[in-house]
Amino acid sequence: MSKPRFAMYWAAACGGCEIAVLNIDEKVLELDAHFDVAFWPAAMDVKYKDVEAMEDQSILVTLFNGSIRTDENEHLARLLRRKSKLLVAFGSCANEGCIPGLANLSPREQIFERAYTSPSTENPDRIRPQPACQVAEGTLTLPPLQPVVRTLDQVVEVDYHVPGCPPESHQIAAVLDVLIAVVKGEAQLPPKGAVLGAGNSTVCDECPRKRDVKRIDKLARIQELPPLATDVCLLEQGLMCAGPATRSGCNSRCPNVGAPCIGCYGAAPDVLDQGARLMTAIASVVEAQEPEDIDRVLDGLPDPAGTFYRFGLAHSLLRANRAALAEKP
Amino acid sequence: MSESAFEPVIIGFTCNWCSYRAADLAGTSRIKYPPNVRLIRVMCSGRIDPTFVLKALADGADGVMIAGCHPGECHYLEQNYKALRRHRLLQRTLAQFGIEPERVRLTWASAAEGARFAEEVGAMVDEVKKLGPLNWPTRPVPQSEAAAEVAP
Repeated sequence: MSKPRFAMYWAAACGGCEIAVLNIDEKVLELDAHFDVAFWPAAMDVKYKDVEAMEDQSILVTLFNGSIRTDENEHLARLLRRKSKLLVAFGSCANEGCIPGLANLSPREQIFERAYTSPSTENPDRIRPQPACQVAEGTLTLPPLQPVVRTLDQVVEVDYHVPGCPPESHQIAAVLDVLIAVVKGEAQLPPKGAVLGAGNSTVCDECPRKRDVKRIDKLARIQELPPLATDVCLLEQGLMCAGPATRSGCNSRCPNVGAPCIGCYGAAPDVLDQGARLMTAIASVVEAQEPEDIDRVLDGLPDPAGTFYRFGLAHSLLRANRAALAEKP
Repeated sequence: MSESAFEPVIIGFTCNWCSYRAADLAGTSRIKYPPNVRLIRVMCSGRIDPTFVLKALADGADGVMIAGCHPGECHYLEQNYKALRRHRLLQRTLAQFGIEPERVRLTWASAAEGARFAEEVGAMVDEVKKLGPLNWPTRPVPQSEAAAEVAP
């Protein structure tokens, strides 16, 4: 009997999700034992036209990482949706937009300006990439950038969500175990729309640091603070931590080693907007009552949108800056 | 739409103990104020999560008013200071989204200040009328293949 097919694709992503899958070590052999890898650009050479030639629904499961930034990303999202029985939004980019989604704070012109003509870029002729370019050998094409970054579930229907930037390896292994058990007929598929490979609480809930009375009269970056206590809540010590609004599942990996949570597992369960919930949490604990005193504390957060929506911007209630949203494709 | 014809939709969050009663007093005192504001009563301005404001703006409101008890007079001691801090933080964040500060107004009105409440609503409606509609684009939903193909 032939094995069911597996695919993994990266859209607007960094490649970290692929590395995270390889970080499951010998478990990847089990993946190979139970699945026929049909398409995985980071691991093997299969052309888009080969995927187009596959029968619809002939791939059992596709792990789709990356957000939808270009026309090519959208084409592949629609193609893989058609070819796959189960489409999994894998990693923060596919689920919430992640770091590529931060570009939604700027219209495309500003993005190009920054990328190709800022002082740190040597580009005296101010060359910009073009959708099509004539060279001696023929026409070269690049997929155009869309006005804003979208998440996978804003473009096609998604069956499951695996959060994280990247998803933790032990969580990926647990998700693979479920899939393998389903293939063997030993388990039922989880309900459609389920979040797999994550906890059902907040990072704070998993964090071993002691929380006392949250009152902060100062917010600062880690290098501006005195050495921090190793067993006390980072937020209480003046470090902006996204733990209160972020889904658990990572075993509070960052706070464990003295770095604040930056929110990569996305909004906690039943939280509609991760950034808004963080604003609620942070503003509640600021120890100030007069507007000037409040502002002095808040000045310690020079980039609130980028801090609160570092991972969740593209999937937030507002999704993008007004000017970027208003752009025509 | 010409400026004079634009009637903004403003969502007003009022607290049970002061500002809602101020609105009530404005009504029983027959004080006129523009009908653009849709009031939602909550127990305290400290209950207002920035999520409520963002959802209102994303779903079609042109502005949001949050009204609480005067500082020092909160029924729950100091929750209106929480509202103040959240409002200041939210304003900083909204600026990065290109949303003008006039669209989200925080104000105080005691239960005896029906006239003040009406004035605040009037002032906010005037300001938002000058800014024009917000018209935040609706959130994208996955399209079926057929719908995707007929789209331009």
